[in-house]
Amino acid sequence: MSTSTVMNTVTNPATYALTDSWTMTRRELARWARQPVAVVVNLVFPVMLLLMFGYLVGGGRGVSGAYLDYLVPGMLALTMAFGLEGTMVAVTRDLEKGVVDRFRSLPMANSAVLVGRSAADMIQSALGLTVLIAVGYALGWRAQGGAGAFLGAVGLLLLFRFAMLWIGIFLALVAGKPELVQAVQILVWPVGFLSNAFATPEAMPGWLGTVVQWNPLSQTATAVRDLFGGPGGEPGHVWAAVAWPLALLALFFPLAVRRFGRLSR
Amino acid sequence: MTDAAITVEGVRKKYGSKDALDGLDLTVTRGTVHGVLGPNGAGKTTLVRILSTLLRPDAGRVEVAGHDVLTQAYAVRLRIGLLGQHAALDEELGGRQNLEMFGRLHHLGARRARARADELLARFDLTDTGRKPVGAYSGGMRRRLDLAASLITEPEVLFLDEPTTGLDPRGRAEVWDSVRSLVDGGTTVLLTTQYLEEADQLADRISVVDAGRVVADGTADELKAATGGDRVDVVLRDAGQLTTAAALLPLTGVRVDPDRRLLSAPVTDRMAALSGVVRALEVAGLEAEDVALRRPTLDEVFLHLTDRTKEAV
Ligand SMILES: Nc1ncnc2c1ncn2[C@@H]1O[C@H](COP(=O)(O)OP(=O)(O)OP(=O)(O)O)[C@@H](O)[C@H]1O
Ligand SMILES: [Mg+2]
Repeated sequence: MSTSTVMNTVTNPATYALTDSWTMTRRELARWARQPVAVVVNLVFPVMLLLMFGYLVGGGRGVSGAYLDYLVPGMLALTMAFGLEGTMVAVTRDLEKGVVDRFRSLPMANSAVLVGRSAADMIQSALGLTVLIAVGYALGWRAQGGAGAFLGAVGLLLLFRFAMLWIGIFLALVAGKPELVQAVQILVWPVGFLSNAFATPEAMPGWLGTVVQWNPLSQTATAVRDLFGGPGGEPGHVWAAVAWPLALLALFFPLAVRRFGRLSR
Repeated sequence: MTDAAITVEGVRKKYGSKDALDGLDLTVTRGTVHGVLGPNGAGKTTLVRILSTLLRPDAGRVEVAGHDVLTQAYAVRLRIGLLGQHAALDEELGGRQNLEMFGRLHHLGARRARARADELLARFDLTDTGRKPVGAYSGGMRRRLDLAASLITEPEVLFLDEPTTGLDPRGRAEVWDSVRSLVDGGTTVLLTTQYLEEADQLADRISVVDAGRVVADGTADELKAATGGDRVDVVLRDAGQLTTAAALLPLTGVRVDPDRRLLSAPVTDRMAALSGVVRALEVAGLEAEDVALRRPTLDEVFLHLTDRTKEAV
């Protein structure tokens, strides 16, 4: 019996969008299982930043008290922002290795290539949040807003990550080459640090304070601080932390999808 | 249904202002191997990418397995296998994991995808290394796995873009064997190559491509015949006698290759030339190691054809 002419009544591969997306997500999980060290390093890096800033900026008094309450939400938001790098590296590598070409030549739902990528990255980010929050708890940080507010904060962080993810996919499809990825990786740092993740904008010179305040990362951090009931939060800021990522998504999601379609140009 | 597995008519593709394909025509009969032969930059990869729905042509008509690559891409993808010029695998995953993933993406279902992966690993002698990450494979193993991945559903039409570039002679022979057995199973194969021997060995018909066009088309024998007639080669025992022999033999346009102690000349009347040469050698008392009539090699054809187009430009 030949497997060739699979008696196929399906005429539109979109029918397979869910199955194929799951296959693509599983692929990423399998890759992690093969590289546990890389996964751990990824999870430990933000923890290291948290400890470092806690000690340095916290004035050597140890990581505790009010600054910790300010820092933990900031680090959570920063970790989500830095996720952009990971997405970009992964997409660029797949393009470079030609494996995306094989996917595109298969009778699969093409959307699954990007959906699988986002699902895997969101799982990883959720894991990253869990680890960082656990370390925060171990250091004595407490969320004070109740369960609903806690889940709301996590939701805002993941929404922010989701927006970063699609920016990452778009940039990878535009850049395409590892050298350009490096340039973006370097640029992610100032964007990450020109935010209120570590320090309040009030303590900065005027223009810098303005930049920092408008940084979408700051919007999310401020809203999350409010929901966690710590210092630096502003009531009602939640809407800005919803609006900004949605606006970014409205721009970058269609751009990324279009760019993916243009691989056949 | 026609007996053409691949039809390409007037296909053009520009990259910026550069014509990668400049009105290319090609027809491949079902169940045959078609060789696409061309130098670097001729447009071979561009053609394969268009045939396998990865790239949209700017103009022209392309049908694969009875379906239009632009309007029926999904139907085409159901029926093709692609071995790109460079490996298209997940290097961090194992060989078996790769094949299983591609099987699932062909919608074989988990169980059949696993079974098919094992079958292909066995067939390509990769069972022992199936668990190792592909990044640790040798070039030959990677190529075999890549080939296995393009055969998951026993495609009707298989595209191979320089399948043996970078392989050692054994790896090359293995790929050739696989291609032959596929063709016995009824698969249509289009393969690009820079190795003339490969086209000679595998292809039923050959298209010579240069600068985005087909400059010659036919069986290997037809191409050789079209390039010019037969040649006679004479190998002497003593290289010192080459010049004497060149002057003495009843031949014109003699080429001398001292390293191989070889005289070579074009001939029109094969038998008359052969007996003339043998008689002249006897009379002059020159000792020959070998006297042979031969067709031009594909290398000569290739150089001849691709050179001529350069002059025409
Ligand atoms: N993505 C691209 N962007 C710009 N130019 C391209 C691109 N791909 C191919 N070209 C150009 O188009 C022409 C045909 O390229 P193609 O890769 O099809 O040749 P090829 O016959 O496969 O060559 P090789 O034997 O080196 O693989 C070349 O001049 C190449 O430089
Ligand atoms: Mg090529």
